Amino acid sequence: MPMSFQDARHLLSRTGFGGSPADIRALAGLDREAAVDRLLAGVGTAARTSPPVHVLNALPPAEGMKGLSVEKKQAVKQERREDAVELKGWWYQELLTTPSPLTERMTLFWHNHFTSSVHKVKWPTLLYHQNALLRHHALGSFRDLLFQIAKDPAMVLYLDTQTNHKDHPNENFARELFELFTLGEGQYSEIDIKEAARAFTGWHVAAHRGGGFAFNRRQHDDGVKHVLGKTGAFGGEDVLAIALDQPACARYLTAKLWREFVSDEPDAREIDRLAAEFRNSGYRIAPLLRGLLILPQFWAPETRGALVKSPVELLVGTIRLLNLPISDTTVLTKYGTRLGQDLFDPPNVKGWLGGTRWITSATLLNRWQLLQRSLRGADMGGPPHAHAAMSEMHGATWIMEEEAETVQAVLVPVPPVNPIPPGIDRWQLVRQLVMDPAFQLK
Amino acid sequence: MRRRELLKFAATLPLLWLAPRPFDLFAAPPAPVRGRWDRILVLVELHGGNDGLNTLVPYADERYYQARPRLAIPRERVLQLSPSVGLHYALEPLMGVWQGKELAIVQGVGYPDPNRSHFRSIEIWDTASASGQVLDEGWLARLFEAHPLPAEFAADGILLGQRDGGPLSGKTVRTIALNDPQQFLQQAGRVKPVEQSSPNRALAHILQVQRELTHAAGDLAARLQQAAPLHTTFPPSPIGRQLETAAQLLTAKVPVAVIKVSQTGFDTHAGQLGHHERLLKELAAGLVAFRLAMVQAGLWDRVLLMTYSEFGRRVGENASAGTDHGTAAPHLFLGGSVKGGLYGSAPSLSDLQEGDLKYRVDYRSLYATVMQSWWEVAGPEIVGPDYPAINCLA
Repeated sequence: MPMSFQDARHLLSRTGFGGSPADIRALAGLDREAAVDRLLAGVGTAARTSPPVHVLNALPPAEGMKGLSVEKKQAVKQERREDAVELKGWWYQELLTTPSPLTERMTLFWHNHFTSSVHKVKWPTLLYHQNALLRHHALGSFRDLLFQIAKDPAMVLYLDTQTNHKDHPNENFARELFELFTLGEGQYSEIDIKEAARAFTGWHVAAHRGGGFAFNRRQHDDGVKHVLGKTGAFGGEDVLAIALDQPACARYLTAKLWREFVSDEPDAREIDRLAAEFRNSGYRIAPLLRGLLILPQFWAPETRGALVKSPVELLVGTIRLLNLPISDTTVLTKYGTRLGQDLFDPPNVKGWLGGTRWITSATLLNRWQLLQRSLRGADMGGPPHAHAAMSEMHGATWIMEEEAETVQAVLVPVPPVNPIPPGIDRWQLVRQLVMDPAFQLK
Repeated sequence: MRRRELLKFAATLPLLWLAPRPFDLFAAPPAPVRGRWDRILVLVELHGGNDGLNTLVPYADERYYQARPRLAIPRERVLQLSPSVGLHYALEPLMGVWQGKELAIVQGVGYPDPNRSHFRSIEIWDTASASGQVLDEGWLARLFEAHPLPAEFAADGILLGQRDGGPLSGKTVRTIALNDPQQFLQQAGRVKPVEQSSPNRALAHILQVQRELTHAAGDLAARLQQAAPLHTTFPPSPIGRQLETAAQLLTAKVPVAVIKVSQTGFDTHAGQLGHHERLLKELAAGLVAFRLAMVQAGLWDRVLLMTYSEFGRRVGENASAGTDHGTAAPHLFLGGSVKGGLYGSAPSLSDLQEGDLKYRVDYRSLYATVMQSWWEVAGPEIVGPDYPAINCLA
């Protein structure tokens, strides 16, 4: 079925950060499946923004931190803090400029699935490499992604695989592997966790060798383990394969993607169908996402505007759409934090809960304050220039060129809550709509 | 937030509280109010799973020292409360409160079939569910739905700190997050009151939060204008600052039933000793300052403070000089109406379950205590009939 302007708007706001009238028109008129295929064909595997060089070069000292003087330790920590900010700013730059917003939306999705926090991992360079890994597999194979993330240095440090030794197993990674990464609550027992933890003993990263993954045979428990009904002298990779064999794994991932892209009410029958296809495909992500995006439920009227924009989607989407001036993207990290989403620093291993939980009394106020500030003509990356004329500062010429109806259709997915006063000019209309509660929806 | 700045703000805000409450347009005629809602509950969430054995130390038990060769608190540094247990030395500031009989310590708090996942276990605590039961709403949210607070309350709960609403999460509960009161009042003063709702649930949620904001901000501003200043100095730690804000709000007589604060960092898997000591030190200093501010405001008899945490930690230390997720742990009640002392009994170190402590008091008994003995409302519909209140309130 050929898509209307509204259909194309819906697709762009759900798979990216929204779009200008030109972006929307480029898709409108295509069949839904053709439009979805075009978005999937545009997906990339690497960021375009040049890597943050300083972050990349800041490796853990070969001799470890223990031998350093107090002053030297302080200096290293301060440098790491600055690198973390630079790293976050680097991702925002990519988010703002990527030609494939879907690539970044999926990278964000995996960042919130295979969470790691720079707060615990400490070395921003390891988070950069994890981010590259997530993007590389963002729409590839979930199996490959899982096998590589389990050995990802940031993950090994984040979930304490590093201290998982033969004589003292640390269950943290094994628990989250089942609970959050593959199966979901209720699909495994405490014994499965204890046994699985043994299989990952000896996995660690050698910080003094540049942070790479290594296997320490002497710390590995090579005894027989019983995991999810299977028995053998399993190693970590065997356990990953066992988890992937569970039908619950495909269902869990499918339902999570449904909540991210379709609605907060996954349909059990469709989940079963799509999950079976996902598992049979060897866990290929792109066909699963395609299946979700061509569902009638995705296009249903009640699904339009039924999800809340995440803080990153709100910031990046608004800046892209209104062409707001940003002189320094590291400032966006502060804004993201105030709205409840500090990139590379999720609150815990479960990640950001998202959905309507993004909106609390505190974050709603902060959302409006930031939007108001940006509409006043403040450089979102610098000090506010009060009362700059909006028409002078933005390159978003579509605002003046389009009909008022189109401007409204672009800015809000559902009719605005506050009635539009008659006789207002185009910039007043933009302000009115951006400050409307409906602008928070996608 | 400095109080003087807060007052300056409050003075600039319109007195929204004089306007009719937007909630009234939706609510059924209010049910007759029961319950001692002049009494306030302050919840302190120790996020990450506080190590109970190094908080209330079984210093007379050799097995404690055997299980923790690197982490045990030396006997001579334990602040002895009884012949068998005593406090971590970092909690020394609380000894005055203990001697004043305003500190009740409930030992061995947990639940059957313990879950060792942070998220699941705090969800169990937050919703007062059984281990295998999933409930969507926080226990306080359900309580306030069954027993609505007086109509003039600014909010059911005020949430300070970085953690989520937890027990105050639910469909109808009115929770205001107030990390920075100054910013809150400034911004909320500009928000338009809304009356409508929407069949779109995401939008309905946003509009509901908007209504709560305008109502609470108006009330808060009016009260802060008239409040007396605090004369207590709070420690500059995150928990100290939250307790300071809580004290300001209560001194300003902001009508609210619950204030929730939180302290993070208790997930001490590695290098626990110094880290845990610092956390307990900050906690004790914050609590003592809060008590003093409440005494000075004449409110201490009307405040009940309770700690909680998703679980305690394993009996044995791990190879990283830390402890992994465990089960039962002690929790504290503080307040001018508390009958100080030890309650429950210390879990046995010889009778373990998979290396973990067996709980002695079900955590739902803490909630029953709050509901029945503190607020004097029924509680069985929230926690079930099997959990008696603890007789620790005067």
